Amino acid sequence: MTPSGYFLEHLWLIPLFPLVTAALMLLIGRQLPKAAVSFFCVGSVFLSFVHAAGAVYQLLAVSPENRVYQQILFEWITPGAMPGPGGLFNFVADWGYLLDPLSCVMVLVVTGVGFLIHVYSIGYMGHEGGYYRFFGYMNLFMFSMLTLVLANNLLLLFVGWEGVGLCSYLLIGFYFLKKSASDAGKKAFIVNRIGDTGFLLGMFLVATTFGTVRFTSQMLSDPVAFPGILETLRTMVDHKDLLYGAPVLTGIALLLFVGATGKSAQLPLYVWLPDAMEGPTPVSALIHAATMVTAGVYMVARMSAIYQLAPVAMDVVAIVGATTAIFAATMAVAQNDIKKVLAYSTISQLGYMFLALGVGAFSAGIFHLMTHAFFKALLFLGAGSVIHALSGEQDLRKMGGLRNAIPATSVPFLIATLAIAGIPPLAGFFSKDEILGHSFDRFLFLWAIGLITAGITAFYMFRLLFLAFYGRSRVATELEEHIHESPKSMTVPLTILAFLSICGGWFALPIFWGENNTFDTFLEPALRGVPLSAAAAEVEQHSLLKDYLLMLASVGIAALGIWLAYRLYLQHPKLHAKVAAAWPRVYNLLANKYYVDEIYDALFVNRIKDLSTAFGVVDAKLIDGVGVDGAGWLARVISRISIWWDKWVIDGLVNLAGKITNGVSVPVRMFQTGVFSSYAVLILLGLAILLGYYGHHMHMIVRNLR
Amino acid sequence: MMPIGYYLFLSMALFLIGAIGVVTRRNVIVVLMSIELILNAANINLVAFSRIFGDAAGQVFALFIIADAAAEAAVGLGIIIAFFRNRETVLEDEMDLLKW
Repeated sequence: MTPSGYFLEHLWLIPLFPLVTAALMLLIGRQLPKAAVSFFCVGSVFLSFVHAAGAVYQLLAVSPENRVYQQILFEWITPGAMPGPGGLFNFVADWGYLLDPLSCVMVLVVTGVGFLIHVYSIGYMGHEGGYYRFFGYMNLFMFSMLTLVLANNLLLLFVGWEGVGLCSYLLIGFYFLKKSASDAGKKAFIVNRIGDTGFLLGMFLVATTFGTVRFTSQMLSDPVAFPGILETLRTMVDHKDLLYGAPVLTGIALLLFVGATGKSAQLPLYVWLPDAMEGPTPVSALIHAATMVTAGVYMVARMSAIYQLAPVAMDVVAIVGATTAIFAATMAVAQNDIKKVLAYSTISQLGYMFLALGVGAFSAGIFHLMTHAFFKALLFLGAGSVIHALSGEQDLRKMGGLRNAIPATSVPFLIATLAIAGIPPLAGFFSKDEILGHSFDRFLFLWAIGLITAGITAFYMFRLLFLAFYGRSRVATELEEHIHESPKSMTVPLTILAFLSICGGWFALPIFWGENNTFDTFLEPALRGVPLSAAAAEVEQHSLLKDYLLMLASVGIAALGIWLAYRLYLQHPKLHAKVAAAWPRVYNLLANKYYVDEIYDALFVNRIKDLSTAFGVVDAKLIDGVGVDGAGWLARVISRISIWWDKWVIDGLVNLAGKITNGVSVPVRMFQTGVFSSYAVLILLGLAILLGYYGHHMHMIVRNLR
Repeated sequence: MMPIGYYLFLSMALFLIGAIGVVTRRNVIVVLMSIELILNAANINLVAFSRIFGDAAGQVFALFIIADAAAEAAVGLGIIIAFFRNRETVLEDEMDLLKW
């Protein structure tokens, strides 16, 4: 039985709703009243959410094996024959949408969390200028992100990928009059370009290796004639054209991962994400925490069939993920800006997801992606609510004791903090524990890093919580009077997200009685990839006792982190300053984020600037100076010589010819008197001479006549 | 038969009158008329000698010269009229445009 129904047949409407309103806002939004902007923009995202939920519901109606729905709207790019595997192949890229369990999760997270954040934005952005512009960009982002997650081929995914990058740039630089904001936008864009180069190269390699960019041809009318990547890969593996760990697969996997490190802020390309906090807080929540930055995770999971056959690339992904996780977590410890702490936390959690992907636990990565979207969006929105209450104050040192002033914010914030710290039975516990469990099976060292990171995560999150909401108030007195609870449009989304942060992980509950995580079971058909005949079919040893011990370890280390934060920031508020003073070097290193920005500036940015300056000098001195000016000078010199030559030699010859003619003509000219009679005289004279010469002869003639 | 000397004398006189006219007169029309006199002097010579030698060729030449003189007069007068229209003069010493 193939999936069908109204919502599936109208899958294309899901990205279209926000696109239409985005176009509306960006074209005539300035003329619309705020109420209309809110109505259209939030309404369109709500419609998308309803359609997405409906489509997922209709997909779930069929058996797990058939849960794929593919819809090709039109052939988008048909460049004709291209050189590829085994001669020429007909390259086709469709504009088509694919709904399988993987995109189900993504589309629900994107539209669901996106809708809540849109609602929140009504309150948060209510007093800001450019209201219509903000919502126009947000809806454009929703369109791009939905295109990304619903795309049925790599090229269309890339369209969404670039679209979200553009919207990220536009929204980071939303307060574009502020220099730091526009700089941050540019930084995000440029750093992402570096990653996108890798993505593009990877995509080219996919196209030439498999002859297609479509992910799969399942559930299409003629899957044999136009096989997708998955089918081609299966055929090639079956025919032993590609072996486990083939270099081309490793190449594809690594190049695509370069793209993922850019978009998902992994080492070494994470530097743009902390700066991206210059954007409005709902943007940070939607784009830089819940959805866009997880695009890299989604993409790697989408290409999991290739990654599973490229063990080297998998190890790279796992190591980069684990390193990023601990690296970013330590940086978050010493930040004082509430949003910066959350930004580094996001990088760290994304590192977790890549660790999961790298150890082969793709569904665990996606699971963490989903739970993270819930609690990190909640944390950002909560932070936004705090900033709103304090009229724009973001410095943790100037907060404190807000718990009773704004309870509708502080309670959800506490729940989200517990969730991210990995306290059962909240969402973060399950997903993080699953990742750690798989890391433990795969590579003990990575598990250790993950475990330490979990402890640090609990520490810095509770540090944030205690500094902002507990203890004595350090709020400036003039602000203290204005502290107010946020409007309903902001607190209701917080409540819903708090609920999701609690329950979002309960898909994993069956593990307690030794069954499979229902989330994993649901995703399994989409992530199955190409099973190798015999070799890699490891039998997973599921020992319930080991699972419980691992859970205990992660909860224990989280508790340790919380206790440490409590000691340092709540019980003895002066103690953390003493600790920092005891190890000034360590503290400075962390507070200055390992000087990575400075190192990048010194290694790359300034070197490129130097290079540009050098090129500028070459331009000014060599090209302009020697080249252009030299050419002008040379032309001038040559023309001087030419003038001299013309004047004295060419004209001289002409004049000489004239002078010679003139001189020679003098004696001849004497005869040309111009007096007619003198000519006549000369003629007669000539006649007389002739006659005189022949005279005797004449005489003879005349005589003979007689 | 008259001796040839008479004819030659007449011819010479006519030639001299013509030559003097060509050399001395300024009016181009008069010069043209003087040239006609010279031509006719030559004609008398040709006819006279033709008669003496009993050869008709000389008389044929004379006829050709008469025709030639007519043509010359036509062309010459045409030039003079054209010139007069330009410069309103027929005096040869005023025809000096090509003078160096």
